[in-house]
Amino acid sequence: MQIVTMGVAGTMESSDIIVRIEPNDKQEINLTIESTVMQQFGKQIDRVIRKTLEDLGVTSAIVSVVDKGALDCTIAARVSCAAYRAAQRSDYVWNGGTR
Amino acid sequence: MSRLRRSMLFVPGNNPGMIRDAHIYGSDSIMFDLEDSVSINEKDAARYLVYKALTSLKYGKKELVVRINALDTRLGIDDLEAIVRAQPHVIRLPKTETAQDVIDCEREIERIEREIGMPVGTTGMMAAIESAKGVLNAYDIARSSKRLIGIALGAEDYVTDLKTTRSPEGIELLFARSMIVNAARAAGIAALDTVYSDVNNEEGFRAEAELIKKLGFDGKSVINPRQIQPLHDVFNPSEKDIAKALAIMEAIKEAESRGSGVISLNGKMIDKPVVERARYMLERAEAAATIPIEEV
Repeated sequence: MQIVTMGVAGTMESSDIIVRIEPNDKQEINLTIESTVMQQFGKQIDRVIRKTLEDLGVTSAIVSVVDKGALDCTIAARVSCAAYRAAQRSDYVWNGGTR
Repeated sequence: MSRLRRSMLFVPGNNPGMIRDAHIYGSDSIMFDLEDSVSINEKDAARYLVYKALTSLKYGKKELVVRINALDTRLGIDDLEAIVRAQPHVIRLPKTETAQDVIDCEREIERIEREIGMPVGTTGMMAAIESAKGVLNAYDIARSSKRLIGIALGAEDYVTDLKTTRSPEGIELLFARSMIVNAARAAGIAALDTVYSDVNNEEGFRAEAELIKKLGFDGKSVINPRQIQPLHDVFNPSEKDIAKALAIMEAIKEAESRGSGVISLNGKMIDKPVVERARYMLERAEAAATIPIEEV
C-alpha cells in the first residue's frame, strides 16, 4: 500500500490514540510515539503499529502517534484507518473473526 | 432457557473507552452503533474500531449487536462487509419500512456468509422501525426473515414522521408500541422499546419502563449505564410473583398426583393461560438469576 498524502485517525480522548501517517522519501517506517504509558507499554505499542503496517503492506511512511492508553485493538484500528486514508483507498480487507 | 433482552446498551462505535468498558455495566445486550452516533467523516474509523473490538475483545455471554447504516447508501454495504466477518450475534438494520428492506439486507449477509464459508444463517438480525409506514408494515417486517430475533421501535425519527414531538408520558407512541409488540408476538420474536433520552429523569424513565413492560415488551434500549439497573428492577419478577408462580406449579403437581385434570389453588380454578404465565414468569426469574435453577 502506497502512502500518497497525510492521513489522520483517532482522537486525544482517554483510551484512544491519534495516528498520523505521511509519505516518506525513504523506503522505511519512521515511527515516533508519544504515550501516557510509554514506560510500561512503549515497546508493545511500537510492535502493534509496525505489525499493522506490515499486514497492510505499508513499507514507507512517516508515522507519528499520541497514545492515551489505547488497547492493542484500538491501536490497530486507528493505524489501519489512517493508512487507508493516507493511501486514498477504500478497498478494505476484512479477515474475519474468531468469536 | 430463553435469552433475556431487558436492556440493550447503546455504545457509539467511534468511542474506544466505551467500547472497552461496555460489558461491565450488566446490560443483557450491547449494541455498537455505526449509524446516528457516528459523524459521516468518521464512518470508516468507527467501522474499523468495532470490527477490531469484536474480533479481539471478550464480552462474555452478552448478546452483541451492531447497528449498521441503512442500505440506501454505500455505507450500509461497507458496514456489512466488515461486520458480518466479525461475527456479532445480531445485525440491527435501521429505518426499516418494508419486509423488502429486511430481505435486501439478508441477501447481502448471506452473500458474505457464503464468501467466507460461514454457515448460512449464522448472523441474526433485528429491524428497527422508525416511521409511520414501518409501523403499519410491522407484522410483514416481523415475519420477513428467519434471522430476525426481534423488532424495535426507534422513536425519534418516528415522532418526526408523525409531525409531533415526544412527551414525558409517551402518548404519541402508544399506537406504534402496540403495533410493534403485537407484530412481534404474532411472529414469535422479541419486541424492544426505544431509548429514553432524559438520563437525569429517573422517575420518568421508571414510569416508561413500567408502561412498556405492561404493554408486553421484552425490554428497552438504554443510552446510559445508569438506566440499566432501574430497568432490570422493573422487568425482574418480584418475590411475590415468584412465590405465586411456584404455588401454581405445586398445585399442578398435586393435581397430577391425584390423577385430576382440574387444577385449583386456594379454592380458585387455574386454567391454561394462568399456567403458561406462571411458567414464563419462572423462566424469566431463572434467566435473571433471581431464583436458583433447582427451585424451578
